[in-house]
Amino acid sequence: MGSPIPVGEGTPVGSAATSTSPGLKAPTKRGTELVMLAFAAGLVTLALILVELNQERALTMRIVYLGLAYLALFALAHLAVRRWAPYADPAILPCVALLNGLGLVMIHRIDLAQKDTVFDDGTTWDPVAFKQVVWTAIALSLFAAVLKFLSDHRTLARYGYTFGLLGLVALLLPGVLPGFIAPTINGAKIWLRVGPLSIQPGEFAKILLMVFFAAFLVSKRDLFTAAGRRVLGMDLPRARDLGPLFAAWGVTVAVMVLQKDLGSSLLFFGIVLVLLYVATERAAWVVLGLIMFSGGAVIAWKLFSHVQIRVANWVDPFADYNDKGYQIAQSLFALGTGGIGGAGLGAGRPEMIPESNTDFITAVIGEELGFVGFAALLLIYMIFALRGLRSAIAVRDSFGKLLGGGLAFAVCFQVFIIVGGVTKLIPMTGITAPFLSAGGSSLLANYILVALLLRISDAARGPKVVAKPKLPQPAIADQHTVMVERPK
Amino acid sequence: MNTPLRRVGLAMMAMILLLLGNATWVQVINADDYRKDPRNRRVLLDEYSRKRGMIIAADGTPLAEVQETDDRLKFLRKYPNGAVYAPVTGYFSVTYGTSGLERTENDLLNGSDDRLFARRVSALITGRDPVGASVQLSIVPKVQQIAYDQLTRKNFTGSVVAMNPKTGEILAMVSTPSYDPNPLASHDGDEQAVAWKGLTAKDNGNPLMNRATSAIYPPGSTAKLLVTAAALEDGKTKDSTFTGAPSIILPGTQTPLPNFNNSPCGDGTTTTLINALAKSCNTAFAELAGQLGVDKLRKQAEKFGIDDKGSNVPLPVAASTLGPMSDEPSLYQSGIGQRDVRFTPLQNAVVAATIANGGKRMQPQLVTKILGPDLSPIDEIDPDQVERAMSAENAATLRDMMIQSEINTGGEGRLQNVQIASKTGTAEHGEDALKTKPHAWYVAFAPAQDPTIAVAVIVEDGGDRGLGATGGKVAAPIGRAVIGAYLGR
Repeated sequence: MGSPIPVGEGTPVGSAATSTSPGLKAPTKRGTELVMLAFAAGLVTLALILVELNQERALTMRIVYLGLAYLALFALAHLAVRRWAPYADPAILPCVALLNGLGLVMIHRIDLAQKDTVFDDGTTWDPVAFKQVVWTAIALSLFAAVLKFLSDHRTLARYGYTFGLLGLVALLLPGVLPGFIAPTINGAKIWLRVGPLSIQPGEFAKILLMVFFAAFLVSKRDLFTAAGRRVLGMDLPRARDLGPLFAAWGVTVAVMVLQKDLGSSLLFFGIVLVLLYVATERAAWVVLGLIMFSGGAVIAWKLFSHVQIRVANWVDPFADYNDKGYQIAQSLFALGTGGIGGAGLGAGRPEMIPESNTDFITAVIGEELGFVGFAALLLIYMIFALRGLRSAIAVRDSFGKLLGGGLAFAVCFQVFIIVGGVTKLIPMTGITAPFLSAGGSSLLANYILVALLLRISDAARGPKVVAKPKLPQPAIADQHTVMVERPK
Repeated sequence: MNTPLRRVGLAMMAMILLLLGNATWVQVINADDYRKDPRNRRVLLDEYSRKRGMIIAADGTPLAEVQETDDRLKFLRKYPNGAVYAPVTGYFSVTYGTSGLERTENDLLNGSDDRLFARRVSALITGRDPVGASVQLSIVPKVQQIAYDQLTRKNFTGSVVAMNPKTGEILAMVSTPSYDPNPLASHDGDEQAVAWKGLTAKDNGNPLMNRATSAIYPPGSTAKLLVTAAALEDGKTKDSTFTGAPSIILPGTQTPLPNFNNSPCGDGTTTTLINALAKSCNTAFAELAGQLGVDKLRKQAEKFGIDDKGSNVPLPVAASTLGPMSDEPSLYQSGIGQRDVRFTPLQNAVVAATIANGGKRMQPQLVTKILGPDLSPIDEIDPDQVERAMSAENAATLRDMMIQSEINTGGEGRLQNVQIASKTGTAEHGEDALKTKPHAWYVAFAPAQDPTIAVAVIVEDGGDRGLGATGGKVAAPIGRAVIGAYLGR
């Protein structure tokens, strides 16, 4: 199960075949993508069959329908890519499809585990899998829409400030809106409730703000390196050049911390730091950022009890096993019990981990697929992020490079934060596992992210838009002599 | 911008590598600690929700089986006729763990034993849950039942062990008071707790203990078989003579060592060995033990398996011992199975079985076959001769002496047409031995000329006869009934 998708296909991004010889049609590699998608569909269906066998002890037609629905969704996504981003990297969508599919299987699997559960208040478990399938369909539509209507990613740069403002508003909205629209769930006020739907505007704010930061940094890039003072061997840009950036950054992270959304704040801090580093090419920013982070973390730890709890649970989750440390302890028990080979899909005990289908879904995967499956999962994420990064490296415009690099890093860093938390590498800060966790907002935002990456990748790998052919220049000898008068 | 982007790529790989390293730490290096943490109920639940193998008797009667349930643990352990077999099967409880064969054969029953490896692999491929193997025992239900009935009929506390002397197979292993293991295996925590509380209550006679293997008792006169064997192996004959005095004084002390009822043996001065055993003369055997000495006695005891070491059948068996025998008086007293001599009932059955088997000691064994989930045999346990404890001739001599002993033994339940060879014992114990009700012993085998069953019976504290109890009156009828049931008389 979960063997990584082969990546050895195709020519290196930006190789001679794609970037030069405009006369030849560059290979699109869409066929490769389709084969890998079919492979992913096979794996996901196999996973579903195992879950059904282990949990229900019978195979029903449901598997066929779910498998077909999954295949149809990603076939449509593939067609959208074929149509609107034909030169996009062929490995990215299959990675996402596999992750998303595995997520759906695990969410369904957790539904099965919880179906007999009766909670203390008498309510029973509300199945999530079907909702998640609907969310996936919506997310893929959005994905296709982004590819269709955003024909050139550079268009985004023009609306940088607008996006920045929208992002901040989206982020702040749940905090300022009254409780009936913006309820407090699990201690965090980061949701908006519209009818039956709960959305997390913060997930979208993340992308909007990234576009803003990338656009801002690219437009001011020359100023950073040109003007400014030299302090401690480092060229500092002028405050007025960087002001808006620091303001937006500070506000964002502060808001997230105050909303008790520690995972998002950490994620966002890291993303902006990386954007700053890539834009300025100065490692000193990273050092400075890490110092700031350490300071901020210590202050947050001193000030907020919810931060202290997270740290205490990280140091020793078993110290408060029956209460605060329970979740991490159960996560470690699940991972340890899974061991190298895993308990088998559908044969673990995900119902013992609270929040097993959102933040802790990777622990369930680690339990049932073992270290082998867990490692495969991480490698799929890594392939996804590295392919995204290659697109960023290969694309020709600075904004594309910066945005692409940021998006790729965002996914990887988010994985680090959540998986690191689940495996007690770092303190647990609640955040979703991209494409895996149950939850619509995260899925929608991440599919927008994928669409943007594919758009950038398409630009990187596609044939160069040939500039207007220049008029043939006459030989120098045939040129008229021009009188140049020496200024007096 | 490409250089920093590439470095970001390196950083991303480093992050994934860190995660992989940490996952290795959690899932590979520390996995066992997490798996075995008592707070981690996954492994336990797994085991309890697996289809556990059955424990079945020699004739296929299920002694422990599973019943499918619709709760989380999926399978309920059931013990038909639980109390009769509880000392053998033990219990299987989510809260209180396991005992008996449920514990010793756990790897087989839960399917994790190496012998089931091939089946596990195929189960892995076919996606089926691993299913435990079943174990077939040598226990014969009708023998076990009659032994249990005999002990419980009069509310005796005690034990019966019956063996096939030729193979070492244990035909019956009863311990009373017994218990019903079903409530302990219940999926209802409260029911388990109530049952457990009752069974472990102080004044309840310790029903959870398997007296056949875990309790050690002074063997009393049944130890004379061992002393006789040592004497015969030392060159003495059944006609060798010893003191027939009604009482002797232990050397170097003022303590008398009398015969039962202070009666003389033989002609009152001397007695033959055969007569001494048949009449169970204490004075003769005390003198004989003194003559043989510590080393010869101990050597003979070790050949019978009384070696201060426990064993596994596969139930763990407590060590039987002759005690230190540090001076002559204690050697004399040990010669009549008192002082610090301690046997388990199983050990005493082994002594009888070894004599019955012409001096060859067989390893006692409860499990005869291991059966796959479909009850096809996976493994068979062959009879295992441990060592020769005495020569065939001496064993035959001793058998003849035991036939005489049986003739001289009172008690009810004599069998028609079956010649039994036996020895009784009435073992004193306690601080004030004369005022403490003695343990009643009976060890025997039959038919004497071609033995197919050897038994050891102990009834603690005189059974229903109080201070006046003897092995012949209290224990012998039980032993005879068990033999009769097995031989179909």
